[in-house]
Amino acid sequence: MAGTALPGRLSWLAATAVELRTETARTRSISFEVPGWEGHRAGQHVDVRLTAPDGYQAQRSYSIASAPGDPLLTLTVERIEDGEVSPYLVDELREGDRIELRGPIGGYFVWQDAHRGAVLLLAGGSGIVPLRSMLRHRAASAPGTPVRLLYSSRSPSEVIYRHELAALADVDVRLVYTREWPRDWEGHRGRIDAALLAAEAWAPDEDPITFVCGPNGFVETAASALVANGHPPLSVRTERFGPSG
Amino acid sequence: MSFVSRGFHGRRRPDVDPARIPPGQYLESDFPVLSAGPTPHTPLADWTFTVGGALDAPRSWPWARFVELPAQEITVDIHCVTKWTKLDTAWKGVAIDTLLDGVDIHGKWVTAFSDGGYTTNLPLEDLTGGRAWVAYEYGGEPLHPEHGGPARLLVPHLYFWKSAKWVRGLTITLEDEPGFWEGYGYHDRGDPWREQRYQGD
Repeated sequence: MAGTALPGRLSWLAATAVELRTETARTRSISFEVPGWEGHRAGQHVDVRLTAPDGYQAQRSYSIASAPGDPLLTLTVERIEDGEVSPYLVDELREGDRIELRGPIGGYFVWQDAHRGAVLLLAGGSGIVPLRSMLRHRAASAPGTPVRLLYSSRSPSEVIYRHELAALADVDVRLVYTREWPRDWEGHRGRIDAALLAAEAWAPDEDPITFVCGPNGFVETAASALVANGHPPLSVRTERFGPSG
Repeated sequence: MSFVSRGFHGRRRPDVDPARIPPGQYLESDFPVLSAGPTPHTPLADWTFTVGGALDAPRSWPWARFVELPAQEITVDIHCVTKWTKLDTAWKGVAIDTLLDGVDIHGKWVTAFSDGGYTTNLPLEDLTGGRAWVAYEYGGEPLHPEHGGPARLLVPHLYFWKSAKWVRGLTITLEDEPGFWEGYGYHDRGDPWREQRYQGD
């Protein structure tokens, strides 16, 4: 029952697309007006439900890209070529179209306002999306928190939120390219590994909390390397993107 | 009532028996990995499986004795709350009935606990009657750590977060005590055919 808020449960809500922005060739940000939305914490996700004219429905989960204080709820979706929901959201959806969503969902992979130490954000590809929510939230609510972002992308053209990240004044943003890089690139090339993390991550004795989000191979490598480098397993929170067509 | 999303037609799979796909799920042929933290790697020499809590006498098996227990080969469909369903997954493991055989149990609830601190709660009756196992082989191979190896709970009739990875034991409890995801708003029982994803579903 879209739009019917029942206490104690996550009701389906009608969401109207009001802003669309192409981020990269494969990703698009969609900002929704969602009457009845009661807010979220940075890092959480929503379930999206689409209904075809014959009543057939499909659901998928997407991370929330906007900060809790932003006026619109924004999802950034990557097109999975043989997918069912993501091609619709990236290529078909227009301003004014309505979908259903419900949430927020999840409560472990979320920005901790109480955490006073350093924060490391590790993104692989579209794994940047919930971390972008955290960065926007930090800018609005906790600008003094030391944050470092390591963001692994295949190439410069696949960096999502490129201009927004470049404009972050007091966040240490370090891009890593795995396949293509600019001719004069002096940063890291290749996949994130233990040696890179030993050099680039906050040291364990700085008591950081780390959020890792991306494809499973990226998350598995990064999280295992952090633990091998001396970070307590409970200080490393992960969100693994399976295929989300 | 739901409304039509303009321009959406879906991509139905004519090769899939819809009776095997619970509501809101889609068929996945890969085996996605989901977990809240790093993958633990407990050496088998340090591994034990313990049944304790509200029962007459706790029991524990080291790895070498656990894999000597009578085991079953199980082929089942599995359903993840993140929407994917995978059909005909093949496992080998020990039935929970076998682990509880002859135990005088005083509680109706169970908390499964794992390396890494993960927990999940289940009614005892969801773990007995031939419906749940501790699995240590997948597809004829030792269970890979990313999928919960050396051993994971296998409760295929509930959403897969109930099938705790890296499981190390069961604690019988007198009350229903929320586990890890249940404490973050996921459904207490998690029946995929009733689409019990979150509290209140």
